[in-house]
Amino acid sequence: MKKYFTDIAKAVWTVLIGMKITLGHLFVPAVTIQYPDVKLKLPERARNRLFVNMDDCIGCLQCEMACPVNCITIETMKSLPTDDLGTTSTGMKKKLWVTRFDIDIAKCCYCGLCVYPCPTECIKMTEVYEFSEFERNNLLYNYVTLTQPEIDVIKTKIASSEKEQATKKAAEAQAKQTPAPPAPPRPGKDDKKGGAQKT
Amino acid sequence: MEQFLRNIFDNDFFVYGIIGIIPLVWIIPYALFVIYLERKVSAHMQDRLGPMRTGGWHGWSQTIADMLKLLQKEDIVPAAADKKLHKIAPFVIFIGSYAAYAVIPFSSQYVGSNISLGLLYVIAISSLAVVGILMAGWASNNKWSLLGAMRAVAQIVSYEIPTILSILVVVMIAGSLNLQDINEMQSGWFWNWFIFKNFPFVFIAFIIYFIASLAETNRTPFDIPEAESELVAGYITEYSGMKFAMFMLSEFVNMFAVSAIAATIFFGGWNSPFGEFLSGPLWGVFWFLSKGMVFVFVQMWLRWTLPRLRVDQLMYVSWKVLTPWAFGCIIGVGLWMVL
Repeated sequence: MKKYFTDIAKAVWTVLIGMKITLGHLFVPAVTIQYPDVKLKLPERARNRLFVNMDDCIGCLQCEMACPVNCITIETMKSLPTDDLGTTSTGMKKKLWVTRFDIDIAKCCYCGLCVYPCPTECIKMTEVYEFSEFERNNLLYNYVTLTQPEIDVIKTKIASSEKEQATKKAAEAQAKQTPAPPAPPRPGKDDKKGGAQKT
Repeated sequence: MEQFLRNIFDNDFFVYGIIGIIPLVWIIPYALFVIYLERKVSAHMQDRLGPMRTGGWHGWSQTIADMLKLLQKEDIVPAAADKKLHKIAPFVIFIGSYAAYAVIPFSSQYVGSNISLGLLYVIAISSLAVVGILMAGWASNNKWSLLGAMRAVAQIVSYEIPTILSILVVVMIAGSLNLQDINEMQSGWFWNWFIFKNFPFVFIAFIIYFIASLAETNRTPFDIPEAESELVAGYITEYSGMKFAMFMLSEFVNMFAVSAIAATIFFGGWNSPFGEFLSGPLWGVFWFLSKGMVFVFVQMWLRWTLPRLRVDQLMYVSWKVLTPWAFGCIIGVGLWMVL
C-alpha cells in the first residue's frame, strides 16, 4: 500500500522534472546550422578537393605513385636541352613537359597521401567541398595548362630532334664501325663444346 | 447569436447552417497552425529548428504546402481492404470529433446548441471515434492496423471512466450539465473558477481529466495505438492522401475539443480572469481560445517529455490509479457539499 502512494508521488514528481527540462530546452538556442546559408568553419588541414598548381609541377610522378586508388594520371615528355621550362617557385629547374595531369576526383579517397611527397608543394587540398556534378565525366579534372596545339608542337619538336639524334647516332655508329676491326673469333665456346663431348 | 441570425435570414436552414459551420472556421486555420506549432515546439524542445524553408520566415507555410500535397496525392485503397468501411472510417472519426463542438460554448453569445445535457452529449459523441478507429483498423486488413485499432479501443474505453468521473466532480458542484450554465457560474474573477473550488478535490479531478483526455486523443505518452516504432502508424497505416489528412485533422480537432472542455469546466471558459476587465462576447472568444490553446500546448509539451507507456502500465494507470482517485474526489466533494 505504501508503495502505491510513493509510486504515484514519484510519477508526478518525475513528470514535473521532465517537463521542467523540456521547457528549458524550448528556450535553448538550436544547434542546427542552416547549411547552405551558414557554413561551419572547416578544421585546419581539412582534406577536400585537390588542386594542382601546374606552374610548379615538375612532373616527378611521385603523387601518382603515392595515390592508393590510382586517381591521378600524369604523362610527361622530356624537354630538349635547348628548351627553357623555367623554374618552380621553390627554385627547382623544370625538366619535363607535363602533357597530361588528370585527377579523377570521383575516385579520390581524400587520404592526402599525394600531398606529402610533392617536392614543390604544388598539389594540395583546398577548402572547396561543394563540387557535386550531374555528369560523372565532369568529375575528371584536367589540370594541364598546355593546350593541345602546344602539345603537338612539342611532340613534333621532340620527334624531329629525336630523328636528328638518331641519324646523328647512326652516322656516328657508321663512322665507328668502318675503322673497327672485325670481331675476333671466340675460341672458348668451341672448347666448351669439345669438353662436353669428352665427358 | 441564433436570434441575430434569425433576424437576417428567416430560413432555419441558413441559420443552423451558419451556426454549424462557425467551429469549422476556427478548426481549419487552427489545425494548420497547430501542426506547424507542434513541429516547431518538438524541434525546439530537442534543440533543433524544425521546418525553416517553406515560405520564407521560419517556414511558416510548411503546413499549407503539406496540405496541398495531401490533396494531390493518390487515394490508395488496399486490394484486400473492406472498401466501404475503409472509405467511411476517417469521416466517422471526424464526425465524432467535430460533433463535440456543437455544445462547446465559444462565447457567451455563441454555442452551437445550448442543450441542458451538454456534458453528457460531449462524452457520448466523442466515443463515436472508437467506432471509426475500429472501422479503420479492421477495414485496412493489415495486422498493424488491427493491432493499433484494438489497442486504441481498449485504451479509449478504459479511459472514458476516469474522464467521466472527473467531469462528474464538476457536475456535482455546478449542479448542471449545461456548459453555458457552468460557464456563467464561474464568471467574475479567476478565483471563481471551479479549479479553485473545494481544494484539492477539483484540482485532482482536473489532473485526472487531463491525463485521461491525453489517452482519449491518443497523444503521447498514451500513443500505443499509433506507436510508430512498433506499429508503423497503427490504424492510419493503410491510409494516404486526404483520408490520412482527415485522421490528422480529427486528432488535432480532438486535442482542442478536450482542451476546450477542460477550459470550460475547470477554468471558466469564456470568462475573463479579471472580472469585468476585457469581458464581453468577443473578448470571451479570445479568452476561451487562449485557454484552450494553453492546454493544447501542454499536450505537446508532455508529448516531448514522456516516453510511451506499455499496455499493462496504461491499464494500471487507468484502473488502479485514475479511477480510484476520481472516486475519491467525488466522495470528497460530496462530503464537502453535505457538511
